[in-house]
Amino acid sequence: MESFFVRFKNPLILIAILLAQAVGLAIQVRRPVEPGAFSSKTVSTSTDPHSVSLVRYWASSVVTPFERFFLTIGHNVRFGWSNYIDLRHTRQQNAALQQQIADMRLQQAAIAQDALQGLRLQALLNFQQHYVARTVAAQVIGTSGSDLSRMVYIDKGKEDGLKPDQAVITPDGIVGKLRDVFPHTSQVLLIDDQTSGAGVLLSSTRIRGILRGTSTGRIIINNLTTDSRIKSGETVLTSGGDQVYPRGLPVGTIETIAPDPDHQPYTMIRVRPAANLSQLEEVLIITGTRPDLPLTAKQDLAVGAATAEEQAKAAAAHAAELKAIEDAKSAAQIVADRLPSLHDSNNPDATADPKNSKPDVGPSAVGGRVPRPLPTLHPDRYTSGSTPSAADLTPGAPNPGPSAVPRTTTPSTGDSSEPASTPKPPARKSQTPPATPEPNPNN
Amino acid sequence: MPIHSYTSRRELEEHSFHPAVTLLVPVAAIVLQALLPRPFPRFAIFDLPLLITIFFAVSRRSPIAGALTGAAIGLLQDALTAQPIGINGIAKTVIGYTAASIGLQIDVENITTRVLINFGFSLLNSLLLFLINRRLIGLSDFHLSWTHELIRAAANTLLAIPVFLFLDRAKRTE
Repeated sequence: MESFFVRFKNPLILIAILLAQAVGLAIQVRRPVEPGAFSSKTVSTSTDPHSVSLVRYWASSVVTPFERFFLTIGHNVRFGWSNYIDLRHTRQQNAALQQQIADMRLQQAAIAQDALQGLRLQALLNFQQHYVARTVAAQVIGTSGSDLSRMVYIDKGKEDGLKPDQAVITPDGIVGKLRDVFPHTSQVLLIDDQTSGAGVLLSSTRIRGILRGTSTGRIIINNLTTDSRIKSGETVLTSGGDQVYPRGLPVGTIETIAPDPDHQPYTMIRVRPAANLSQLEEVLIITGTRPDLPLTAKQDLAVGAATAEEQAKAAAAHAAELKAIEDAKSAAQIVADRLPSLHDSNNPDATADPKNSKPDVGPSAVGGRVPRPLPTLHPDRYTSGSTPSAADLTPGAPNPGPSAVPRTTTPSTGDSSEPASTPKPPARKSQTPPATPEPNPNN
Repeated sequence: MPIHSYTSRRELEEHSFHPAVTLLVPVAAIVLQALLPRPFPRFAIFDLPLLITIFFAVSRRSPIAGALTGAAIGLLQDALTAQPIGINGIAKTVIGYTAASIGLQIDVENITTRVLINFGFSLLNSLLLFLINRRLIGLSDFHLSWTHELIRAAANTLLAIPVFLFLDRAKRTE
């Protein structure tokens, strides 16, 4: 018997080591999630036994100090370079950002109107919404080191108020959720890990599905049957049904839709994540939600609404100004249409087409050249030009009376042949009528 | 039990390492493996802990030492992932044992041999991980892209050559 153990010492020790690890695996492993049987409790919850969590904590304690050390060095180098050396184009970037802020204020105003309307409708329907109330910013310090387990480590932990199963996001979209939380570090299970899952909603069709990670690092929805309404490029949002991710956060966009060979008649919808999961730097952990909007969001909403109101007032004022100009132009146009003398015989379309007239042109300028009146056939004392100017008259002198010689006026040339004795009438500045609109005869 | 002469190949080519090297090199490999994929995501295709396991196993030429080294490195690697602890542990235990057993038979100092054993053990590691996940853990939807695994094996082999040459300096002949 002794010789047996001596002879097979190596294989026996190997078997013992393997057996011990297999037993350890059996203790840890729970039944895998069946496709389609999704719930927040069955997908990748952090339910390691205490001893296993302790082993993970020890391993994390060994590795994370090095990660923090190198991260600090890298951060300081980058900080020094970007803040003190590499400052080219900063002014241009600043100007561009200022412009972007101005544009975003306008967008915010438009969105604020929709948000206020949505809030009113939600209040009417007594709809319970959960808004992100508190977040903790954290920096990614390391990874699991294996592409079969997609997980990252962050530099915040239990002492910063983090707990397992809290959602982790970036401004672009969701990233994953907290798995094990240690005092000063935490593990973030990414959504493309094969044990990850999330309840999602297709933005335009409002179809609900379950998002899952795969062993190849892709994220898919494979619990939906074929539906012609689902198209590539559609945005995928969180549905809020998994009790982890608040509703409405961006997840990604649909990349491809194909039949799932393993699970017929379901389709495999491949989703491109909105967040860049392969190069995460900083993330936000949602530590609290609330049924009403947080104070900062309310302030933003108020600012947006005020901006929208200002915009509306400015638009109304601009519209009124345009209308006034249009009215003035219309009045001038009406008068011009009613006065045939204002039409230029050489260019009859000049005033016939209102588009040809400039809007800024005042009524005095309409018609351009002042036409002369046509010659009278029987001149009398009331005929224009027959009365001498007051400047030419002598007090006490007899009334010269109407001129016996009719004057001839050539409207086309503007020249007039007048008798030398005939006093010259004063030149009138303009014969254009005033700009006040005449009453419409139809009224 | 076979009796080895003083000039037997095993005794001539059996190496040992300073305890600091034995402890720090695997830890450094695991730290680098966890650290580098953050700035360089494609670095995740490499498996530095696997290369260290193979190196220590073939250098010591002791199957038990190889198995224990592989188990320790694999378990530490597992502890940093979201997977159950033991998946990499089992795979690297087998690889450490096998590599040490092969090291008894062939010349592992030759560069061609090193290329072949690294390529072969990298593929074996992928196969073992696949079997453990599918059979032991029961993940029926666990898939591997074997093209990707071939590329991974080639990449690990390329990395192994300079790493082995560097670690050769730490060897102590007994």
